[in-house]
Amino acid sequence: MADEAHGGGGLSFHPMDQFEVKALFGGSDIHWYTITNVTLWLALAILAVIGLLVLTTSKRDTVPGRGQSIAELMYGFVYKMVEDVTGKDGIKYFPYIMTLFMFILCANFLGLIPMSFTTTSHIAVTAILGFGVFFAVTILGFVKNGASFLGLFWVSSAPLPLRPILAIIEIISYFVRPVSHSIRLAGNMMAGHAVLKVFAGFAQVAAIAPVAIIGVMAIYGLEVLVSAIQAYVFTILTCVYLKDALHPHH
Amino acid sequence: MAENTNAAGEVAAGAPPGMPQLNPDYFANQIFWLIITLLVIYFVLSRVALPRIAAILAERQGTITNDIAAAEDLKAKAEAAEAAYDKALADARAEAQRISGETKAAIQADLDVAIEKADAEIAAKASESEKAIADIRAGAHDAIKEVAKDAAKDIVALMGGKADAKSITAAVNARMKG
Repeated sequence: MADEAHGGGGLSFHPMDQFEVKALFGGSDIHWYTITNVTLWLALAILAVIGLLVLTTSKRDTVPGRGQSIAELMYGFVYKMVEDVTGKDGIKYFPYIMTLFMFILCANFLGLIPMSFTTTSHIAVTAILGFGVFFAVTILGFVKNGASFLGLFWVSSAPLPLRPILAIIEIISYFVRPVSHSIRLAGNMMAGHAVLKVFAGFAQVAAIAPVAIIGVMAIYGLEVLVSAIQAYVFTILTCVYLKDALHPHH
Repeated sequence: MAENTNAAGEVAAGAPPGMPQLNPDYFANQIFWLIITLLVIYFVLSRVALPRIAAILAERQGTITNDIAAAEDLKAKAEAAEAAYDKALADARAEAQRISGETKAAIQADLDVAIEKADAEIAAKASESEKAIADIRAGAHDAIKEVAKDAAKDIVALMGGKADAKSITAAVNARMKG
């Protein structure tokens, strides 16, 4: 198939080009302050969040319209998640978790717009989110519980000889958390978008274009699911980590 | 393919070819803008969106609670009204029965009086009639006696006898008694 493609005059795949960071207003140097396509799509994510949660609720209807229902559903969804997982004392961290959820959700869905730039497909972005959660939760755990936060690693329900071994495993898994937390999101987003691009690349060959286009449609549907599910997964894991910080004893 | 990948790598300003995600030149830019984005979203949510939605939900909860209370109130009122209606109906029924009983008794009394009066009148009329009949009878008796006397005197005269009034009267009286 590849031979045929080359014969057909340059079947080109650029599945990773979509992740390229570019300066918007000329110049090839990317400084930390440069306004890039990352800036643009992050700003659009902010606008999407404002559009979803602020503009829709501006009328404050007692009987909600469509937009306000969506805002209330998202609010209720995350609020209930925080309450169910962390308990009543976790409610005061609800705005932080809502921020994470709304940002990831909007960024994921904005990334599904053709020709867009997916900010959450970048490990630098998700690592900041993941490590941010990790450090916040760890510091919070020590502030709330002092040294007894270390009880999280000492499984008191296990037989005594097993406990040191379990403690080592628990500590390793604790420090792996931010890595898996961030790579899961970035990996999912990047892989899905790259696969979309590969299928789209095959559409350049007329003979297999219909199959490729059906493939693109199918993967796109899958990616819609993945976008929502990854936002949910990130948020609920954040809640679980927060619960560990607030109630470190098993 | 390889050429294309290299071309993409060159665009990435000397970064290793392949994933732009792993190009450290981009990290600072992404991290800076991400932190600004998160701060903006956090402030928008915590200052505007979340308090507003919480207020809307609380207000709705309050409205629903109030409405349910008002509905229960109205239901109680309706039940009270129904009870009052039933009581009024029962009262009216009892009153009607009392009035109809009283009326019946009054009519009965009037009727009794009227019947008594009628009976008395009938009795008076009857005794009057009896008296008239008795008079008529007595009248008839005298007339017969007179006729008998005359007839007896005439018969005696026809037979050639001469009858004195005294003895004829005596004879007729004796016959009449018999």
